[in-house]
Amino acid sequence: MHPAFSVIFLTTLIGVGQGLYLALNTVQVYSVFKVLPVQDSAHFYALGSLIVLLFLGAGLAASFFHLGRPERAWRSAACWRTSWLSREIIVLPAFMGSVAAWGMIHYTGWSPHLFTFGNGAEVDLSQLLGVIASLLSFTLFLVTGMIYACIKQLQEWATPLTVINYTLFGLASGFLLAAAFAAWKSPGLVEFYGGWAIFTTLVAFLTRTASLMRNARIKYKSTLESAIGIRHARIEQKAQGAMAGSFNTREYFHGATQGKFKFVKWLFLVLVFPVPLLLASIGIGTQSTALLLAAFLIQYLGLIAERWFFFAQANHPQNLYYQTV
Amino acid sequence: MTQLALVIDLNVCVGCHACVTSCKEWNTSGTAGFLADMNPFSKDPTGTFFNRVQTFEVGSYPNTETVHFPKSCLHCEDPPCVPVCPTGASYKRESDGIVLVDSEKCIGCNYCSWACPYGARELDEKQKIMKKCTLCVDRIYDESLPENERKPACVLACPTSARLFGDVNDPNSEVSLAIRENGGYKLMPEWGTQPANHYLPRRKTRITIHEDELIRADNPLKKERQLPMPDADDPTLDETTSW
Repeated sequence: MHPAFSVIFLTTLIGVGQGLYLALNTVQVYSVFKVLPVQDSAHFYALGSLIVLLFLGAGLAASFFHLGRPERAWRSAACWRTSWLSREIIVLPAFMGSVAAWGMIHYTGWSPHLFTFGNGAEVDLSQLLGVIASLLSFTLFLVTGMIYACIKQLQEWATPLTVINYTLFGLASGFLLAAAFAAWKSPGLVEFYGGWAIFTTLVAFLTRTASLMRNARIKYKSTLESAIGIRHARIEQKAQGAMAGSFNTREYFHGATQGKFKFVKWLFLVLVFPVPLLLASIGIGTQSTALLLAAFLIQYLGLIAERWFFFAQANHPQNLYYQTV
Repeated sequence: MTQLALVIDLNVCVGCHACVTSCKEWNTSGTAGFLADMNPFSKDPTGTFFNRVQTFEVGSYPNTETVHFPKSCLHCEDPPCVPVCPTGASYKRESDGIVLVDSEKCIGCNYCSWACPYGARELDEKQKIMKKCTLCVDRIYDESLPENERKPACVLACPTSARLFGDVNDPNSEVSLAIRENGGYKLMPEWGTQPANHYLPRRKTRITIHEDELIRADNPLKKERQLPMPDADDPTLDETTSW
């Protein structure tokens, strides 16, 4: 497939936003059960959710560049019963709305008490809304991943690993940004966030390696034989019906050389995993905002390469019809 | 339930592209708007087409065969492009099984084209909406046309009658008969899309002739009898009588 930068930015930016939000809300939930200290509402949660919204908003803005007719985008909520894309278009604004409301509650300090747990832990509106937004965040990982995983003839994508990788990369980059944010605003949380960032990055390394291995040995179900229905070992295309390309040659081929394709793979494997892990480990020890921020930025650059590779690697069966001019 | 479709006979298709040009001509003035051409008279011309004819070579020289392969939307009975559409612009008609795009609802997200294994859908470069074969839906029901012209433009244009049009769910239709009796098959059956369009395979008609059949056994003047052979300029029946 041809990697579109609109979709690359959409999926990576909202991943960071979702991960960062989950990091913020985890601390709030933990503090209810007195596992972690209570954080300052306005400085920590409200500012944090503003950063989340900036990432989600940037991702949403990027997605509009993917549409031929962005002015009709409102229509796309219609078919949520069948279309994962439609579901994403519902869940993303719902998630953004609940994060905005959650941030406003923290900013204004207005949060009516709802009920009390048996151990005396009190639950207020911000905590309830926070958990709802967390569920929406995980739902958004699921629906974003399923957009790609549900197309069965794109065999590189049609695996649960697609959803797992989207989720883990979002969590890893979000928690890494949260660690940098904590180093700036609440140094006590750097180890907690940094630890989870390292853990999710390591798990993502395993699952992404698993999908690379799976895709390296994929056996394509469609062949030129099944594409034109002629049983012969040697079929060669002589003409594709157009001399200078068509939508079919632009949309489904990445157009990069084999060298660039392989280079991007190794680039993302280096930028997403070892470099941020090294920087984050030093950054956690020294409580350095700059190092943790650098770790996040390098990992984010790596994720752009990772997403480019994810799209470029998918081999659409229609390409069988477009092998020669 | 009716399922209109095309049956394309690869045995008689000569690859003349008449279906391509007639399709473009009819549909560029269709209700969904023109089919844009970019750089039509300069370098790298490209355009939107519903139908393309491709050419494949099967086998190795000297035992090769050239197959011309017209490719358009197959109007699948279980179309993967329809459920993925977020707006409902992509739909399959209950009444006749034609898969269409509502040009007023399409947002140009390309997702349906990803879901189609055949690459049958093309995004119009100017209008930025998805375009695809409509089976000339604005023509086949047009009662102002004579009845024998109520067919898709490509079917009418084909000089070798390689394209048949009809209801594949009606066992007595011309297309069902062709599929049944001439080995009609579906493209990429592995994806379970149940394409309605079928293709008829290349066919070779062979007869076996034994050596003794090469000599006429009932030759009235024994012109070709074995022994002794008459002179070649002796008259034959054909030359001596007038029928």
